[in-house]
Amino acid sequence: MSSRSRITEEEINELISKLQSLLPDQARRRGSSRASATKVLKETCNYIKSLHREVDDLSDRLSDLMASMDSDSPQAEILRNLLRS
Amino acid sequence: MTATGSPGNPNPNLSKPMLVHHFLRALARVNRAAPKQSHARRSRRIRCAAYASMAAAAGPGRRWSRVLLRRLRSSPSSHRRRISVRVARPPRIATASSRVETLRRLVPGGRSLGYCSLLEETADYVRWLDAQVQLMQSLVDFFSS
Repeated sequence: MSSRSRITEEEINELISKLQSLLPDQARRRGSSRASATKVLKETCNYIKSLHREVDDLSDRLSDLMASMDSDSPQAEILRNLLRS
Repeated sequence: MTATGSPGNPNPNLSKPMLVHHFLRALARVNRAAPKQSHARRSRRIRCAAYASMAAAAGPGRRWSRVLLRRLRSSPSSHRRRISVRVARPPRIATASSRVETLRRLVPGGRSLGYCSLLEETADYVRWLDAQVQLMQSLVDFFSS
């Protein structure tokens, strides 16, 4: 029997716990009760989807900022310097 | 390679300076490539730059980062398209739940991973994704002020 097939329930619980600790506060259950694996997986999926959406949205906003880099504002100057390679 | 970070303690394997370095360099490239490009095009490039620099900073030690680097280097414009690779599936615990299948689709390279590996990769991917979003938010906040 290979070691891979001896994955214990404890190991799985530990990994699920670790995932739960990464979720934002709202999704985390207050108190010590540990959420079910299904719940954690569902929240994790939702969280990843929202992070993907945030990357999309922030890319849009960064695109806007880079478009207005020619302006005279101090921010634009700093941005130009920052992106000069 | 398991991370020993716990909630409140920063993950020792996650390097924010590397994230900043890669992303700023990628942004400079986007800017240099076509200064007068359309908003949509630049936005798409920035999005690709986000995932590419996240994967570069994380390094090739993870399935998700290797998959992203491969995808984004070969054809940057097809990031959203699924590149299917037939791999022999390792024996898995029969967790056949739709949650797990959704997770497999969301985490790059998740399809061919065993359940435990998938959970580990997911944790790592979430940490880096979170850091990348924070970085982008900081940049937007600063330059919007």
